[in-house]
Amino acid sequence: VTQATEDLLRDAARQVLGALVRRGADFAAAEDAVQEALLEANLRWPQTGTPAQPTAWLTTVARHKLVDAQRADAARRQRERLVAAEPPAGPTEQGDDTLLLLFLCCHPALSPTAAVPLTLRAVGGLTTRQISAAYLLPEATIAQRISRAKRVIAEQELNRPGDVSVVLRVLYLIFNEAYTAGASRVDLAVEAIRLTRLLYESCPEPEVGGLLALMLLHHARRFARVDENGMLVPLDEQDRSKWDRPMIAEGVRVLTAALAHDRHGEYQAQAAVAALHDDAASAEETDWPQILAWYDELVDLTGNPLAELSRAVAVGEVAGPLAGLRSVDAAQQRLPDYPRLLAVRAHLHSRAGDNARAAELFALAARRAPSTAERDHLLKRAAQARLAVTRASS
Amino acid sequence: MRRSGRTGREEPAMPKYLLLKHYNGGPEPAGFPPMSEWTPDEITAHIKFQQDTGRMLTESGEFVDAQAASPDGAWVRYGGPDSAPVVIDGPFPETKELIAGWFLIDVESERRAYEVAAHVSSAPGPGGKPIYEWIEVRPLLTAPPTVE
Repeated sequence: VTQATEDLLRDAARQVLGALVRRGADFAAAEDAVQEALLEANLRWPQTGTPAQPTAWLTTVARHKLVDAQRADAARRQRERLVAAEPPAGPTEQGDDTLLLLFLCCHPALSPTAAVPLTLRAVGGLTTRQISAAYLLPEATIAQRISRAKRVIAEQELNRPGDVSVVLRVLYLIFNEAYTAGASRVDLAVEAIRLTRLLYESCPEPEVGGLLALMLLHHARRFARVDENGMLVPLDEQDRSKWDRPMIAEGVRVLTAALAHDRHGEYQAQAAVAALHDDAASAEETDWPQILAWYDELVDLTGNPLAELSRAVAVGEVAGPLAGLRSVDAAQQRLPDYPRLLAVRAHLHSRAGDNARAAELFALAARRAPSTAERDHLLKRAAQARLAVTRASS
Repeated sequence: MRRSGRTGREEPAMPKYLLLKHYNGGPEPAGFPPMSEWTPDEITAHIKFQQDTGRMLTESGEFVDAQAASPDGAWVRYGGPDSAPVVIDGPFPETKELIAGWFLIDVESERRAYEVAAHVSSAPGPGGKPIYEWIEVRPLLTAPPTVE
């Protein structure tokens, strides 16, 4: 199956599922049916060629699968006939269907470990195998998470409106914890952007635009973020000619439209910070006072101590590293055992010219780093700081 | 990732933990006799427990891998240019440090990882009683967050 066909198939899968669910089919059963239809298409289309009307093909197969599964279940048969009698959905209904599916898959009753794979499968149209490869997990484990998630959803009262903030949190997670290693063909960051775009098309909430912008404005830097050895390159050392300018332009457009609603939120604020970084022609030209202002707003909006820590870096740039360190002290009271706090402290000491202290703290931070990429980067910073100490004393 | 601003702690949503089973190792010896001295039924019960634990973790959607390692092995290192690898055959006297096997799990929180480790440690030994084996719990390093 070619990439174009796969994309088409996955869009169709979501639409078929949305239509089935909206017309009263049981979510868990319909999701299974669509997944089976998807597998069948993956198997058959390479031989038969892509059907002229892929969505109609998938709908028919999924309905057959659904009927097969429910044949024994007489009580459901009546509902199934109703489903079959409904006319196809128009574009607006498709948007509503996507929203409905996202609200189901990102139900507040689900933990992220359950909501993430369910969303990727039911809305993203990925197979269990693709999801398991992307997360470096056995297929059976992902299959089990999905079926458990569907059982949880079946027990919920679904008459309340969904919670957009929970959907955004799940999409953010998919984006932020995007493993790129392994033989997986699935790029989770791309998947997250794709899903957020779908939500953006069907939901006018400014924070949806904020999250989409945040993703685009970060994803635009993906080729500059790691060097040829897989080492992380910090923002101030990135080759800005590798940044994806059209993607930045789109991110800025989406963000500007979101901010125009004048209902700011944490994603808009984070996206604004990203936009200011992306807008600087060089690290020296970064508009730190504006970034600091957005971090002030982010802290006000969320009360999140992690935002305070990010703010401390900006304080260091605007008011000097010693002021930055005082901000870290304040953040530390609420983040006593947070691994990345050491890295920020080390960075500020290095900015203050105290390389001996920086070397010590970078080494400590490397020990506590939650990822190999960060660990390796911090080890390198520690080595650079040590070298600076040696040079100064010789 | 930022799981939520409420907890103020940043943990990946899907962290993996390695639960290492050290043969009688740990902060203090668990003090059970070696398996070679157990009765056949005690051994069967112990093995069944390991299998059941694997199944339980698969059903809960937390299983990644489980392996047992042979106590026989070798220490190997680079022998230098144009030289064969240096090999020292095991088993080694310091069996306290021997890794008998592991469970690799993918769970929601550190707390849950500790819960699973405690369960693994409750495996039955002589007389069907829990062996109270020490389990070393090590988080695996993850991918870096995408959001800088």
